[in-house]
Amino acid sequence: MRTGAQILWECLIGEGVKHVFGYPGGAILPAYDALCGYPEIHHVLVRHEQGATHMADGYARAGGGVGVAMATSGPGATNMVTGIATAMMDSSPIVCITGQVGSKFLGTDAFQETDITGITLPITKHNYLVKRAEDVAPTLRAAFQLARSGRPGPVLVDITKDAQQSSCEFDRSAYIPMALTEGKQNFDADQYATAIDMINASERPVILAGHGVLLSNAMDELREFAERASIPIAMTLLGIGGFPASHPLNLGMMGMHGEAWVNHAIQEADLLLAFGMRFDDRVTGTLKTYAPHAKKIHVEIDPAEINKNVRVDIALLGDVRQVLTRLIPDLAREDRQRWLHYIDELKGDSAVRDIQKLPDSGHLYAAHVIHDLWRETNGNSIVVTDVGQHQMWEAQYYKHEQPRSLITSGGLGTMGFALPAAIGAKFARPEAEIWVIAGDGGFQMTMAELATAAQEELDLNIAVINNGYLGMVRQWQEFFYDRRYSATPLLSPDFAKLAEAFGLLGITARSRNQVAPAIREARQRRGTALINFMVEQEDSVFPMVPSGAALHQMIRRPSPLVETAASEA
Amino acid sequence: MVRTFIVYVADHPGVLNRVSSLFRRRGYNIESLTVGHTHLPEISRMTVVVAIDAQGAPLVEANLYKLPEVLHVHDISSVPSLHRELVIVKVAASQDVRPEVMRVVEAFRARVLEVATESLVIEATGSEDVIDSLIEGVRPYGILEMTRTGRVAMTRGSAPVFAPGQVPPKGAAPFWNSGHLTVLRNCS
Ligand SMILES: Cc1ncc(C[n+]2csc(CCOP(=O)(O)OP(=O)(O)O)c2C)c(N)n1
Ligand SMILES: [Mg+2]
Repeated sequence: MRTGAQILWECLIGEGVKHVFGYPGGAILPAYDALCGYPEIHHVLVRHEQGATHMADGYARAGGGVGVAMATSGPGATNMVTGIATAMMDSSPIVCITGQVGSKFLGTDAFQETDITGITLPITKHNYLVKRAEDVAPTLRAAFQLARSGRPGPVLVDITKDAQQSSCEFDRSAYIPMALTEGKQNFDADQYATAIDMINASERPVILAGHGVLLSNAMDELREFAERASIPIAMTLLGIGGFPASHPLNLGMMGMHGEAWVNHAIQEADLLLAFGMRFDDRVTGTLKTYAPHAKKIHVEIDPAEINKNVRVDIALLGDVRQVLTRLIPDLAREDRQRWLHYIDELKGDSAVRDIQKLPDSGHLYAAHVIHDLWRETNGNSIVVTDVGQHQMWEAQYYKHEQPRSLITSGGLGTMGFALPAAIGAKFARPEAEIWVIAGDGGFQMTMAELATAAQEELDLNIAVINNGYLGMVRQWQEFFYDRRYSATPLLSPDFAKLAEAFGLLGITARSRNQVAPAIREARQRRGTALINFMVEQEDSVFPMVPSGAALHQMIRRPSPLVETAASEA
Repeated sequence: MVRTFIVYVADHPGVLNRVSSLFRRRGYNIESLTVGHTHLPEISRMTVVVAIDAQGAPLVEANLYKLPEVLHVHDISSVPSLHRELVIVKVAASQDVRPEVMRVVEAFRARVLEVATESLVIEATGSEDVIDSLIEGVRPYGILEMTRTGRVAMTRGSAPVFAPGQVPPKGAAPFWNSGHLTVLRNCS
């Protein structure tokens, strides 16, 4: 006989779980009590349950497994909501386990009762309320399977206190995780033949590579596909890392803050090959003028994404890797010289406006910080970003060569994501160097997790890009609201001193020549180090497609910036 | 344009909530939704009438399939099918107009459920058009109370939309494999 609480831990062990990110409380106490009997599980005590969900998410994104977060009922469970929604939007497989009041008290507004299955219904793939010890094991098996299968995502399992306390038969040795279910596929020969004809006949094709490439481990297939047919690849924010940045066919990030040549290539393409991406409004600009000359082929595992935002000519449903594997043999070898040469010409024009070309004028630009960080780490670090301007600069200036090396909240754009997600990532990839890049605003949303990093003695590096503003919102106010900086100037603590208060290393860098030494010092230090980069306050992210504008109607990097900086130098 | 979907779901608490929540958050406009038991144990069947065009219909279906408790979805809008709706209407019918009301009842093959001194309760089944006409027929006498069930539908011919033993052709994980449910043991 086993209690429901014991069964819970034995199932997690059966699923291969080694780390659980959580926070105890009354309704989950029986589970925490039973935890003492399972030393093979390492429980990480977070400082806020939102942190637990982001850690589970970061763990899943960095390592490719399922992340597990745990919380008590009521406020513990509701604190998880932001992290669950973040994982849902970015298809990250996490399992959240919450305690619930005893089944007899359900529906009575008992102390710390909240309808968390009701609350999380639209932001989970599915959720379960477990009221009997007998249901714990089958529910957890189904939860893990569902989180990983098809398009991954969060699943919540709410377990009443009495289900944790009561006992039933359970054979731990017989526990085996359920096999993944195959998603819906259509390997329709005609569709494939048409797709191949369209690709082989195209003169100006562009591949749009999304998160699905990483989730299906299709990196090699993507590369083979692109090289064989000489098709350039534009990346979504979450697709970054799915194809090496240094590869000549990699155009870089597309969309609102994509470089001009990327967006122009998409607008002028005669064929778009969308691989595991969902035509989010941040990558399409207005749909009315989106890629008007292009036929579209959508390779996607989730049928509900087909024709949702952009009507496509052919949909190849299924795992990106499997679909590409089927397509590659029939792909004609082409060099597409004219098209690639044309894109190169577009590039030349943009490159002169690049902030990287600015001489050191004594001003510290965030772009410089990220560029130097990329150089110092040889592009080999995992970078976990928060949300805002620094996130876009990271995507523009840190060149990612490896899959799963950029972890960022794309779909929900959750400020406060970076630090906890990085903690989770560190548990999944303990050998990897990890850098947090956060803004002064977002970092303050979850900086309490510095205590978690300290308690766990983690080796993390944190770069706070401190511009004294909620910078991305300030930028919109500058461009679209007549520079009325309503509620965006931001007072912050001395982040270096703050780190010291947690027993961590804190460094402040104010000029470009201090950047590399600070990065080196942080890297040498065992344990977590934080660098407070005091950067130019009113810098903006360019290019920018204003929301509602066409993808090719970008606000470009102002050339005067180059002149100003040059005259100052 | 309205389209009719037949949706088989596991008969779990909260399934209706999950389905209606999906329609709400995706902004699909439900014209009517009926749900009830089927002859299959622990499987319920919904008839959902949605205001959506033909392009949007596959998305409704794909989104429904993302709910693990949805077992089968069939868009019967372009399939020959039978549509029925039930109405119960309480009509003001004093003695002097009662014969006229009764003529309307007969014309529509409706039934009288209750005869009170000043009113009649009438029940009718039929397609929405027929029900609409019946209502217009009795409206001049004064409708005191009325309730309609919304559409229930079934395809014509002998092939069932979803049969025991049929493997549901769905994209989402087969939740019912988890073993703790007796749901669909007959069908999986
Ligand atoms: C939780 C949350 N609240 C509000 C926002 C809206 N928002 C997007 S970017 C941003 C500013 C971020 O400021 P900061 O963290 O300092 O980064 P910066 O843009 O200055 O680099 C805000 C407020 C958000 N994305 N997430
Ligand atoms: Mg800022």
